[in-house]
Amino acid sequence: MAALTWSNITQVLAKQGILIAFALFMFGFALANARFLDIDNVLGVVRSSAILGVMALGVTFVVISGNLDLSVGSMMSFSTIVVLDLHDKIGPALAIPAMFALTLCLGALIGFLVGYLRLNSLIVTLGMLSAIHGLTLTWSGGKNMDIADKQGTWFGIFGQDEMLGVPVPILVFVLLAVVLSVLLARTPFGRKVYAVGGNGTAATFSGIPRARIVFCTYLISAFCVACAGLLQASRSLGSQNTVGQGLELEVLAAVILGGASLLGGSGTVFKTVIGVLILGFIQNGLLLVGLEFYVQYVVTWVIIILAVWLDVAAKRGRLWSPIA
Amino acid sequence: MTTESKPALRLSGIVKTFPGVRALDGVSFDVRPGEVHALLGENGAGKSTLMKVLAGIHQPNEGAIFIEEEKVVMRNPLDAKAKGVVLIHQELSLAEELSAAENIYLGELPRKSFGRVDWATLYDRAGGILKRLNCSFGPKTIVGDLSIANKQMVEIARALTVDAKAVIFDEPTASLTDAEKVVLFDVIRDLTARGVGIVYISHRMDEIFTLSDRISVLRDGAHRGTLITKETDEDEVTKLMIGRSLDLTRNIVAGELGPVAIEVQGLSCGKLYRDVGFEVRAGEVLGFYGLVGAGRTEIAETLFGLRAPSAGEIRVDGQAVTIRSPGDAIRLGISLVPESRKEQGLILGMSCKDNMTLPQVGDLTAGPFVSDGAEIAIFDQYRDKLAIKTPGWRQAVGNLSGGNQQKIVIGKWLSMQPKVLIVDEPTRGIDVGSKSEIHALIRDLAKQGYAVIVISSEMPEVLSVSDRIAAMYHGQLMRIFTAAEVSEDSLVQAISGIGAGKVA
Repeated sequence: MAALTWSNITQVLAKQGILIAFALFMFGFALANARFLDIDNVLGVVRSSAILGVMALGVTFVVISGNLDLSVGSMMSFSTIVVLDLHDKIGPALAIPAMFALTLCLGALIGFLVGYLRLNSLIVTLGMLSAIHGLTLTWSGGKNMDIADKQGTWFGIFGQDEMLGVPVPILVFVLLAVVLSVLLARTPFGRKVYAVGGNGTAATFSGIPRARIVFCTYLISAFCVACAGLLQASRSLGSQNTVGQGLELEVLAAVILGGASLLGGSGTVFKTVIGVLILGFIQNGLLLVGLEFYVQYVVTWVIIILAVWLDVAAKRGRLWSPIA
Repeated sequence: MTTESKPALRLSGIVKTFPGVRALDGVSFDVRPGEVHALLGENGAGKSTLMKVLAGIHQPNEGAIFIEEEKVVMRNPLDAKAKGVVLIHQELSLAEELSAAENIYLGELPRKSFGRVDWATLYDRAGGILKRLNCSFGPKTIVGDLSIANKQMVEIARALTVDAKAVIFDEPTASLTDAEKVVLFDVIRDLTARGVGIVYISHRMDEIFTLSDRISVLRDGAHRGTLITKETDEDEVTKLMIGRSLDLTRNIVAGELGPVAIEVQGLSCGKLYRDVGFEVRAGEVLGFYGLVGAGRTEIAETLFGLRAPSAGEIRVDGQAVTIRSPGDAIRLGISLVPESRKEQGLILGMSCKDNMTLPQVGDLTAGPFVSDGAEIAIFDQYRDKLAIKTPGWRQAVGNLSGGNQQKIVIGKWLSMQPKVLIVDEPTRGIDVGSKSEIHALIRDLAKQGYAVIVISSEMPEVLSVSDRIAAMYHGQLMRIFTAAEVSEDSLVQAISGIGAGKVA
């Protein structure tokens, strides 16, 4: 049995820090409010986190490959508005695939710019955040989008129904998490994503088509956004143009909380799921202990900073260091 | 004792431990004013840790540091510098966008009122220091525009802004040309003439014997002895370093030559190289020798699909081919062990196994999934074949020593079973022991029927591994020497453009 020294502790923290933090949060909130671990409350949190979670799954791929995607919030608004609008024009059965196709086109455009033209992903996706918002407003004419006949459509099944007693959004989240986790951890494609993010030059020197891999990560991200848009539209059957606004930062926060490095090359789908749940439970816990809704924005930021700090401290073996 | 004979710098029983490793185990040595004290050791012997202790980056667990016999504690690099110990890094740490003068006085720019920079004084002082170093550039030159050798001069100039008692050079010649080395050595001798003590860390025996007064050897974190340079020879030093002796002489037994594996005609790439033609047979090692920037690496990159040629033809197994990407090259059986292991060869955070199987991971599958079993089989095979020392395949490759890292890269490309293996600077930054192992390995590969191209800036290396040697100068292939024709003189002349006929 290894001695309990500071360096051992930091090593454990580096590997399992996120799970330990998760356990501590749950424990703390459960002490503060008995309702916190109530099954209805837990399911409620997971359900309300599902849309954010689905988006975070896709962004995980982008971040591991060494890039950012700040356009997902704005893209999610686009998907939601488009599918709601087309629902009344061409019917839900055609609206859904059409929306997926259009969203994937946006992802392909970003993937082309970042992957093949090798433009900085921060600039490209920050620009796309604004451009897609403009596109959404143009599409909707600036008005809220509502399905005309909310009673008569089956479109609500994705956001409102349950299967085997579990809400469909949770099922979609879990299913996507499992499939994408396997894709990332077990397939040659996943290995190449890590390689490109870990050292893009070395990946190129190993014959890995870096541009194509980056392109694919943005397609995966766009696909997840389209799923999130579908869940969102189906839940409310109507939407504002700004429904996804600000989600890009929460998504990024969840991915970083999960321990993916912003420099690329590390992170897992499972850890992102934990990151999503931590964010969800923190926000829920703060409400349950009676804090104002707005406080969560500040607390979320503090927690992210703490997570990032502990992460680098664990890697350096000390809390502060003059060199990296 | 008189004041003059006090050591400039003395270490006494330095111990530094990291989790699970005793990196330094009671190291003691001293540097006298005006002396060049060489520090030798294989990678992982503790040289870097020792330097970091000296520069105040690490604090020792035990032992003490003395400057002119006064005990000091180095709290950080600036503190160490203030106390007179300056480290010249292997990897230069300059602000590329700033002028030489600003870099020299970075962090301590002379000031006028309201915190404004006193530019006149800055340029005046920096110019004076550069002049002392016989530098050809002025203090206003932007550092990014300087050659590596001149950047190093800026680093050295930094050291001279304080009254340095000891200057530590870490592999200073790693990326210098021979002419630049001469200038550096003059500067070092000038420093010693002013009474500065020098700690000189290098893998290159010839430099150490040219330059140093004494040689201290580290092995496994312990101080194995200090020799007086004049009274020792390379054999003795090597034995101390690795605990056995080495045979680095040229002992090439030409193997059975097979058919031409790769042939290049009239290959050009803009201004980088022009009209290059050669062929390599199976079972043969063709060495490429020349100065840095002569176009050797660029030829390798063209053959590996990383750089499109502007003219010329490449034939593999007699077939004219177009190589547009590394993927194309790999399919044609061409492998490249690149020049820079850490930047181009490895993904340091990935495991040894994942690094080794990376180019073929798409083929090592069971159904749609990567097959761990197939990967581990390949890893085990090449770990044994290349005698790679690693705790296991899960180990992150960044934790291995330089020599073992290089073997992982070689294993990665051997496991692709290429026809043509290109090795660019196979032993850069690798200790002597691993070096000779890698040389033997290259010869062995030729014997097994690989066509091998070795690019090297070290003459002993090309001489000891190549059947034939192509000499490059300014993008031109000057001549291909056979083993019988080659001599050190003729090689040096060819790569310096002597008798070039046309001037580039």
